[in-house]
Amino acid sequence: MPLFLLGGALVLGGCNAPTFGAFRGATVQGKDEFKLWVGMVIAGIIVAIIVWALIFWSIVRYRRRRSDEIPRQFHSSLLLEIVYTAVPIVIVGFIFYFTVVTENEVDAVSTHPAETIHAVAYRWGWRFIYQDGNGRSQGVIVQTGAEPALLAQSPNSPLYPRLVLPDHSTVRIVLTSPDVVHELYVPAFNFGRNALPGHPNVFDFTTTTTGIFQGHCAEYCGLYHAEMLFSVKVEAASQFQQWLTAQQSSQAQSGAAS
Amino acid sequence: MTLLAERPSPLSHPEEPEHGHEPSGVLNWLTSTDHKVIGKSYTITSLVFFCLAGVMAVVIRTQLASPDGTIVSQHTYNELFTMHGSLMLYLFAGPFAFGGLANYIVPLQVGAPDMAFPRLNALSYWLYLTGGLTMIAGFLTVGGAADFGWVAYAPLSNAVNSPGAGPDMWIVALVLTGFSAIFTGVNIVATIFYLRAPGLTMFRLPIFTWNMLVTAILILVAFPVLTAALILLWCDRHLGAHIFTTTGGGVPVLWQNLFWFFGHPEVYILALPYFGMVTDVLATFSRKPVFGYRGMIFATISIGALSTAVWAHHMFTTGVVLLPFFSLMSYLIAVPTGIKFFNWIGTMWRGSLHFTTAMLFAVGFLIVFLFGGVTGVLLAAPPVDFATHNTYFVVAHFHEVLFGSAVFGGFAGLYYWYPKMTGRMLRERLGQASFWFMFIGFWVTFLPQYLLGLHGMPRRIAEYAASEGWTGLNRVSSVGAYLLFISVAIMVVNFYISWRRPIVASGNPWDGQTLEWAAASPPVHHNFTWLPPVRSERPVWDFNHPEHTTQQHRQSDHATDGLVGVATTGFTDTGEESE
Repeated sequence: MPLFLLGGALVLGGCNAPTFGAFRGATVQGKDEFKLWVGMVIAGIIVAIIVWALIFWSIVRYRRRRSDEIPRQFHSSLLLEIVYTAVPIVIVGFIFYFTVVTENEVDAVSTHPAETIHAVAYRWGWRFIYQDGNGRSQGVIVQTGAEPALLAQSPNSPLYPRLVLPDHSTVRIVLTSPDVVHELYVPAFNFGRNALPGHPNVFDFTTTTTGIFQGHCAEYCGLYHAEMLFSVKVEAASQFQQWLTAQQSSQAQSGAAS
Repeated sequence: MTLLAERPSPLSHPEEPEHGHEPSGVLNWLTSTDHKVIGKSYTITSLVFFCLAGVMAVVIRTQLASPDGTIVSQHTYNELFTMHGSLMLYLFAGPFAFGGLANYIVPLQVGAPDMAFPRLNALSYWLYLTGGLTMIAGFLTVGGAADFGWVAYAPLSNAVNSPGAGPDMWIVALVLTGFSAIFTGVNIVATIFYLRAPGLTMFRLPIFTWNMLVTAILILVAFPVLTAALILLWCDRHLGAHIFTTTGGGVPVLWQNLFWFFGHPEVYILALPYFGMVTDVLATFSRKPVFGYRGMIFATISIGALSTAVWAHHMFTTGVVLLPFFSLMSYLIAVPTGIKFFNWIGTMWRGSLHFTTAMLFAVGFLIVFLFGGVTGVLLAAPPVDFATHNTYFVVAHFHEVLFGSAVFGGFAGLYYWYPKMTGRMLRERLGQASFWFMFIGFWVTFLPQYLLGLHGMPRRIAEYAASEGWTGLNRVSSVGAYLLFISVAIMVVNFYISWRRPIVASGNPWDGQTLEWAAASPPVHHNFTWLPPVRSERPVWDFNHPEHTTQQHRQSDHATDGLVGVATTGFTDTGEESE
């Protein structure tokens, strides 16, 4: 029965299913993750309710009535033991299948991303360097303006850098760190990935929703870890191109001026 | 096979052994090699560290109760969460189990006069105490205590990013306590293999002792790796070894692999002893044998085996580990854990359940740990982990499993064996009040943290903006932490009252089933003046309730008195092959 319900939940997941507190995902990858989440939570709740019910039944029904009562001393049941070993193995096999399918979708990297962005996480800020589809730099760098030891601001604050992405596009992120381990974490995308020194991590975001989303460093990185914030703005592809062009010209001018 | 026949049996000395030459008071405490003295020292020391770490948690929760928390500085906050985790995991949860309760109880449960290597046992304690004090003393250094988290990820933990003496003291402290754990592991294994009483075959050992055997083997697998990695880290910091830094051609992720190769067996080192305590408590207070005894032992062994193959599920977001393998291994751990749940329910099923404080904590453990286990399965899915890794979802999950085991399970064990260790009873009414504060406080603290994690709150942040919308849930969670504080305070009062106004405990106040209840409370110098015949996994029950033994266990009809001199060493149930 749990199997059947799990399967049903995985099919239904993402339509009108409850979120169980999670974000629905503002990217294709995030939505995939959300479906797996909903399916697994429903399966987990069913298992938990069954086991809790057995525990509660035991503690209510078999409470000691007389101080001298001695219950029957049974101590095993081979059939029952086989059943409660085999059923979880089957459930695990089922969940594992859906996990691998989802994982491959989430981790798939497109060969022709619309945009490639080098993200550099450093103590304590972010730098986003834009490249075109052929890997040439487009001369646009978004960098943190915040000094550490500010009191916590909203990640939307202009003090923090903003990663701007085109909507309905697949964007490749190449994530590195020059110092310690960080984690680029966008809760609304249901996604986090470490920035490792000496090993670039590559992943895709396929955006589906415009809006401004908060981003954090999630891997503890020292003194001002709590203030290593950024935001993600997803806007229509045309607006994105305007923004990129405007940045190119203004950054070229300031570069020429200095 | 009469391996044990040569050993001078405590059975042949029915009168209490002479020990007038033993020193008393502080000198006894300093020089004793008695497992009971060392076990009590370990228990008290680890509970002191537990209280210290608990106070740190209260400060942490107070800081997070409002946005832009200003109770402590960011630097102090970072020290606090590092030391909270380090104290709880390295100095409380492990040593409380294998140094404290197991040290005291395992020799009693196997019917032995002491641990196999009593002096090594004393050395373990002194290494542990020295290590613990070294770690705490980090707060007295100029730069403060270590502040790189209890996992000390490289390269954050190197000399450039974490300079100062505090981090060095943290490293040295863990090398000391690591050796202490290894020596205790050796001692427990040797005790269980070589000092079992006549008739006590492996498949008649109490589940707690079985779990301690598997735990001790895991200690021997895991702790040497941590100790070695710490020495490498120290070389990086002081000798320029560049093992964990990119600048010299080293690999930072290597630290994570080494650390979690210790760290994941470690969480089972912290859980299995408490599973064992809960099992013994449930059986005693249900007046029944453990249901599916052998299946449960195999489940414990498979948890131990699987726990060495799941370490990289802490590293799913690094992008450099094989996701499906570690995901599958992590899911599979749910199978033996599930078996244990059915064993526990089967033990209570149609039993006669008596809700003492120990039993309440044991059932509380079942309820809490189940939820922690289910959220653990969610985290074993790499895509779900991507969304929740390093958020409060993970914080809530591991507190649910670790607090569930070490505190609910540990306090079940402590309330259960306190009369054995001290000869005094704890006050039931206070114990039950402390349970209810803890049970309610626990959910109030950690359920909001699951939601906070799903709402995107990262762990280990000293402050957050009001605009994040996390304030309300954080506030509820902090209230829960204060309830937990009250619960522990009630327990301390309970200990104090039992010390000042003792109620004397008999040798077997709970109608216990296993050999420790055949000893006096507290046991005499070499533990036993008398042992019942051992013909099943619950010799004391068989002796006290001869008309209610388990029918399926065949009795050996020629061993009717207490002097069973022949033991088998193989994995046999009835011992009849040894004739």
